Amino acid sequence: MKIIVCIKQVLDTAAKIEIQGENIVSPGSSLIMNPYDEFAVEEAVCIKDRIPESEITVISVGPDTVKETLKRALAMGADHAIHISEPLYPKLDHFQVANILFKAIAKGPFDLVLCGRQAVDDDMAQIGPALAVNLGIPFVTVVTKIQFADDFKTADITRQIEGGRETRKNMLLPFLVTCQKGLNNPRLPSLKGIMAAKKKVIQTFNAIDLDIDANNFDPKNKKLETVKLSLPPERKKGIILEGLDEEIAKQLVKIIREEKKII
Amino acid sequence: MENKFIIGVVVEHDHGEIKPVTYEILNAASGLSGLVIAYYFSEIQDIDTKKLIDNGANEVKVFTNPTFGEYFHETYAAGLLVEIQKSQPDMVLLSSSNNGKELSAEIATRMQVGLATDCVDLQIDDNGDVLVKRPIFSGKAFALCKLKGTKPYFITLRPNVFRDEKLENTRSGIVKKDQITLPNVPQFVDNLVREVGADLDITEARIIVSGGLGMQNPENFKLLEDLAGVLGAAVAASRPVVDNGWQEYTRQVGQTGRTVSPDLYIACGISGAVQHLAGMSSSRCIVAINSDPHAPIFSIADYGIVGDTLKIVPLLTQEFKNILGC
Repeated sequence: MKIIVCIKQVLDTAAKIEIQGENIVSPGSSLIMNPYDEFAVEEAVCIKDRIPESEITVISVGPDTVKETLKRALAMGADHAIHISEPLYPKLDHFQVANILFKAIAKGPFDLVLCGRQAVDDDMAQIGPALAVNLGIPFVTVVTKIQFADDFKTADITRQIEGGRETRKNMLLPFLVTCQKGLNNPRLPSLKGIMAAKKKVIQTFNAIDLDIDANNFDPKNKKLETVKLSLPPERKKGIILEGLDEEIAKQLVKIIREEKKII
Repeated sequence: MENKFIIGVVVEHDHGEIKPVTYEILNAASGLSGLVIAYYFSEIQDIDTKKLIDNGANEVKVFTNPTFGEYFHETYAAGLLVEIQKSQPDMVLLSSSNNGKELSAEIATRMQVGLATDCVDLQIDDNGDVLVKRPIFSGKAFALCKLKGTKPYFITLRPNVFRDEKLENTRSGIVKKDQITLPNVPQFVDNLVREVGADLDITEARIIVSGGLGMQNPENFKLLEDLAGVLGAAVAASRPVVDNGWQEYTRQVGQTGRTVSPDLYIACGISGAVQHLAGMSSSRCIVAINSDPHAPIFSIADYGIVGDTLKIVPLLTQEFKNILGC
């Protein structure tokens, strides 16, 4: 099976962030693989464990730093890595990024495309469905289980919905899924994996290599433009309730009912 | 009125039971002084449209097709595309649910028009520009964004945010019913198994009782279930609790879980890692119970209790029972 996994490099989720003009910064914080993309890489590697002749290609768009994240995916067990180097990347909107990924993926054959359910930085959840539409393949989002048939030609796919889950049976490959927590437990790269990754090559492409029209990068063609960034409003300093446990409980219930009128 | 904005709202429902977020969206839409059209995809024609009108719809369009009984992004997208050609809305609003996000992303890509998901504010400025505010980094920051280019714009609104009810029983609206013929009924419609539990989803809950490692073991979450039961609340958890397998990941609040903004968030034995705070700090009122007076959760709590969570939670449950008379 030929599997494509799209990954994004993001700020560590433990990072505290600051705003500097048009940018979010977090001095001293590390860059990591988007946690939902780790589920996607793990799922691909699990399939390869079952069908060893599978080939996994991980793709990421961004500056040179994304090579570190691609290396991690290779160390987890991916076979090939493609870095799409695009200087304008941070300023592109999701349609533009989805189009770049589409051009890169459409170059070769594939049976399965895996993405994270959203990136933990912009939280947009757009790239997966947009990419599937561009590729003209079916898709399922927020997926927590992929159960392949014995011949790996179809799969039952379970996705999370508010208050429950739903399963689509007998989905015919190729398709795209966006991966949610619960799908699997991403492995830490083993020493063997890390050594093997050193021998694997990261291919780098740019827009010209991929025949992408310059219009795709024109900021004027963006469909969503960030006007201003802000930090959440400071919360007012709270009150620590004091006294015996029973008194505190009475006091809190009274506040919630009478002052806050929540109940 | 000239140049009136046409605002389409996709009704989210489960076999005719309309999700509260749809009314919230109608409220938000009716505040924008445009023509609000609710799009209702259904397998049956006979549905109750009054509440949609009471909540702000000027028009309700009911589209029927045998496949619309269950949501499929494919059939809903096909139906919506047909209708958008007809009513030419300037924007289409959907719930920021898992379904709403994928449906909007699919259609926006097909039409090559702007999309903003998970918005907490929506405005049309004096120039007629559409501006939205969306949390990024799970709420560690906010981005004010402008939608550009060809319309309609697709915008999904976060549940539980647009709750200023402007319910008016005297409103009147037009109801139109129309059958939609889909080019070919896909085979997958027979291949869906949906399991919806009785639990309130944490993103839709008005009150959340949430537990961290301070609950000490999975059995103690019973204490939180009891409190939640009395309050009509949903039970949530921090990431370590979910990673330990004490609770399902659907209940995880935080940057790799879900972002919630209930009226009341009661954090029990949660220290308040930065990822967790990101996911719940927009709650209207936060109560924190923790044995460690230095726990970061107290820095954002409106009311803090320093003490033994396992002792205090049952006392709260009893006290709420007393005043609610149950």
